[in-house]
Amino acid sequence: MSTNAPVSATTDPRAPYERGDTKTPHAVVTARDLVRRYGEGDTAVDALRGVSVDIAEGRLTAVMGPSGSGKSTLMHILAGLDKPTAGEVTVAGIDVTNLGDDDLTKLRRDHIGFIFQFFNLLPMLTAAENIALPLKLAGGKPDPQWLEELIDTVGLSDRLTHRPSELSGGQQQRVAVARALVSRPSVMFADEPTGNLDSTTSGEILALMRDSVDTLGQTTVMVTHDAHAAAIADRVLFLADGHIVEDLGRSSAHEILETLEQVSGR
Amino acid sequence: MIGVALKGLAARKLRAVLTAFAVVIGVAMVAGTFMLTDTLQKSFSGLFTESTSNTDAVVRGKEVVKNSTSGSGATIPATLLTKVRALPEVGSAAGEVNPAEANVADIYGRDGKKAARESVGASVDPANAKFSPLRLKTGAWPNGPGEVVIDAGTATKKHYKVGDSVVIGTLGKKHPYKVTGTVSFGTVDSLGLASIAAWDVKTAQTLLHREGRYDSVSIAAKKGSSPAAVVRAVKPLLGSNLEVKDAKTQAKDDADNLNEGLRIIKLFLLGFGFIALLVGAFVIFNTMSITVAQRTREYATLRTLGASRKQVLRSVKLEGLVIGFVASVIGLVFGIGIAKGLIALFGATGLELPKASTVIATHTIVYSLLLGTGITLLASIIPARRATRVPPIAAVREGAVLPQSRLAGHSANAGIGVTVASLAAIALGIFASGVSGGAVALLLGGGVLGLFAGIALLAPRLVKPLARVVGLPARRTGGVAGEIASANSVRNPGRTASTAAALMIGLTLVTVVAVLGSGLRVSTQNAVKDQITAYYVVDGKQDLPFRAAEGDELEAISCVKAATHVRSDRAIVQGKENQVSGIDPATIARFYHFDWKKGSSNATLAQLGTDGALVTKGYAENEHLKLGDSLAIRTPSGAKATLRIRGIYDAPASKPLLGEIAVSQASFDKGFTQPKNGLTLLNADAAAGATIKSTTSGFGDATFHTGAAYPKDATKDMATFLAMLYVLLGFSVIVSLFGMVNTMVLSVFERTREIGMLRTIGMTRRQARRMIRHESIITALIGAALGLGLGVFLSALVTQATKDSGMVLSIPAVPLVAFTLIAVLAGIGAAIMPARRASRLNVLAALQYE
Repeated sequence: MSTNAPVSATTDPRAPYERGDTKTPHAVVTARDLVRRYGEGDTAVDALRGVSVDIAEGRLTAVMGPSGSGKSTLMHILAGLDKPTAGEVTVAGIDVTNLGDDDLTKLRRDHIGFIFQFFNLLPMLTAAENIALPLKLAGGKPDPQWLEELIDTVGLSDRLTHRPSELSGGQQQRVAVARALVSRPSVMFADEPTGNLDSTTSGEILALMRDSVDTLGQTTVMVTHDAHAAAIADRVLFLADGHIVEDLGRSSAHEILETLEQVSGR
Repeated sequence: MIGVALKGLAARKLRAVLTAFAVVIGVAMVAGTFMLTDTLQKSFSGLFTESTSNTDAVVRGKEVVKNSTSGSGATIPATLLTKVRALPEVGSAAGEVNPAEANVADIYGRDGKKAARESVGASVDPANAKFSPLRLKTGAWPNGPGEVVIDAGTATKKHYKVGDSVVIGTLGKKHPYKVTGTVSFGTVDSLGLASIAAWDVKTAQTLLHREGRYDSVSIAAKKGSSPAAVVRAVKPLLGSNLEVKDAKTQAKDDADNLNEGLRIIKLFLLGFGFIALLVGAFVIFNTMSITVAQRTREYATLRTLGASRKQVLRSVKLEGLVIGFVASVIGLVFGIGIAKGLIALFGATGLELPKASTVIATHTIVYSLLLGTGITLLASIIPARRATRVPPIAAVREGAVLPQSRLAGHSANAGIGVTVASLAAIALGIFASGVSGGAVALLLGGGVLGLFAGIALLAPRLVKPLARVVGLPARRTGGVAGEIASANSVRNPGRTASTAAALMIGLTLVTVVAVLGSGLRVSTQNAVKDQITAYYVVDGKQDLPFRAAEGDELEAISCVKAATHVRSDRAIVQGKENQVSGIDPATIARFYHFDWKKGSSNATLAQLGTDGALVTKGYAENEHLKLGDSLAIRTPSGAKATLRIRGIYDAPASKPLLGEIAVSQASFDKGFTQPKNGLTLLNADAAAGATIKSTTSGFGDATFHTGAAYPKDATKDMATFLAMLYVLLGFSVIVSLFGMVNTMVLSVFERTREIGMLRTIGMTRRQARRMIRHESIITALIGAALGLGLGVFLSALVTQATKDSGMVLSIPAVPLVAFTLIAVLAGIGAAIMPARRASRLNVLAALQYE
């Protein structure tokens, strides 16, 4: 397979969308002309220099790029954690660029799930309590059936009363995935979800994320360094110097690595 | 390394300031106490020497009984003055009227109330003004029966100016006088407790019942003679009830008396300063432990760069040293404010002190700096040693934690050991007999200190169960934020424990004060109820007796069916000063219930005669006396007599209304020159009550009570004293508040990323604030639970030990609920700043925080 030629991934039955499918069914997250500038005057650094992207519903989008390419900044802005210097972002149809802190919190409760590199579980809560935390923060009660299904999906049925310190890294990240999914968010963001795991465990977590996209239709955006991780995505965006420089469909790890090299070398 | 330590401090200004303040308050209290007592000492001793600067020798009545309220009654006839003046050694001499008896010249404000708690009346002789301690400040000396000068302090306080008319009650007779001037006593405007009124000699003699007589004669030696020669020459002229002293000896005696009093005040206040410092030490220890733990990676990095363990140790100690020193300096400055505040506090409780500029002695500076710096350094030793155990490898590890202290595993056992040993010491101190007072104080003080340390060591184990209980409201009302807070509070039990322990110390002590105070109040009320039954009770103000003539006046009011008077004064009995009462054998038994011991009954009263005495059972036991034994008594006037014990009765220890020795009123009035009533008890119908009340209010030195209200009224003074203790202990509670703020700030700092995560997954700012606030409240409530529990326990122990003297255990709900509320408020207050910080964290920055 050539590195710059379009690659067909349609043979994979799990991929619901064709690469190059321009009429994406519905965009859960949209970004228009995003600019993010840090600092002022001579020392100003542009992390994003005009990025527009639509994140399609029910698909797993990976964001890759060399260090300093702006991929983390892009995710933070899409998730409403950071504000763009210019441009617009909508999540589930809500313009997030002008929301205040309370509205942003509400947006995160209702529409956004998060998976972190370092799991970020509360050490004094059990696995089950950590999973239910977002619902409780929002003042709701977890639907027991949904919770059970979720725990089943992430395979933690026998670890529910354990605290994070009694769980392996992979198990902790499973808890984190369940926590991100528990509020049935419009979009789930994962920031280097395998960055702190060994390759076997990484594979398990990636399979879990893929599964949540396939079975639950969970729209997911994942920022990663790892080509193997990006290989499970339906779409791989490459950022360099604050621009989207490549936009691949489902690709193999090898293709992704080559593209990344190409992008980094530019 | 020194540079690193100092830069580290500078970079953490807020933390350094909060830590320092934990020491500042204690140092300020210690420094303030020294400044206060030094200032008092200076102002008083200045008074003594300066006010007698022109006097070489003084003749006056012999002081037989130090605390007598009637004085010796010995006066100097004018003829003696003439004889003294005629002596070749004497240059000049002047007689003065200045009775030692208390409250002879009450100055009244325009509101009809006494201007000061006590009053002094005197004469001034403009021709011999050099002998008088009074100095004219404004106006002129009085001349004639209608004129008076008053002290400038009272004039200012009650807004009297030269030319105004002022009402003064001399020996109970009220009369208006024209103010011709204001005077200072030596250099001070006021004597504090007492107001001063002075007339010309003749007027003073008339008003104070000393026609042709003086209370003292001041003498200046002739040029070429000496004070000692004057004393030698005057001595043969004096009767047995008079004495002559050279002025220097007199001033020294006065100063010695004062210094003894000041020493007690100093020790009392220093005690509270040390408590605040102790709490401060807890806070510093806690804060430094947390910061050392948080800087694990920093120390590891220093170690990899080549720093030795010793250098790390030194850098942490240096940090303690700098914080301690700076805090001590600030404390010293605040001490000036405290000294002024304490003077105001005394003033508020009716104990006004003379005003003078604050003295800052070298020893104040040295003690304060040494104490503050030393305690901080001491508290930083353990954290410093922990810092040295950080291995260099921690520099490169994610989430490296401080290695456990070698002793950590033993802390619970050590806690139990220390607690048990301390309890044993306390029990020994309380219950053991035949132990000296000093040893008891040492056992109790050391035991309580040890108990605090022991509980603090045990506290990490207690935190979890306690948090489960006191965290209930947080979990119930605080939603998920409350639940997380509750869980957070037990995450680091050691930290929560030592934060709570700091608060515990203050709360234990206020609880002891409240419970024992309440027990004392109840037992006092019971004691009063058990002793007297009367429709109306009249007693003196501030425990000073009132003039006997006033009691007689009350008895004479129509419709008074029955009355009895209890005379009261001090006398030397069996070689020791004691309270002596004079009772009317015919009427006393109608009002006072004697709990007679074997061989005595109400019939005994009739046998008192002029040489009989009643003693309490306690006194008889202490002095090994029995019925029929004789008692040697010496009254303030110097008169000696031998009494025979005719009756023994049991009096409650908590509030005996009669002295340990009681004699018949007739023999009392013979032995004491100025008989005064401690109590007048009356039976009369309600109509007469109003008359008794209004008549009493005119006396100035007596207070009216209904019989029903008297038991309660008798405990009123205690409330003031309790309030003062609360204020003084409040300082250590404030110190622990700084500790709570510190811990919460550091916890927020430590959990930055976690808070960022919580905010990311949907926690609002409000929830973040609530989470911190609830954690702080839970910590405070753990402190309250420990403190209240310990306080009640200690009080119960003391009560048990003093049960024989009528002490009862009474747990006052209102103060204890109030303390709990104060703890909650302290928790809320301590959380304000940390909670704000937590809620304002930039979510993104917090998430990326390491």
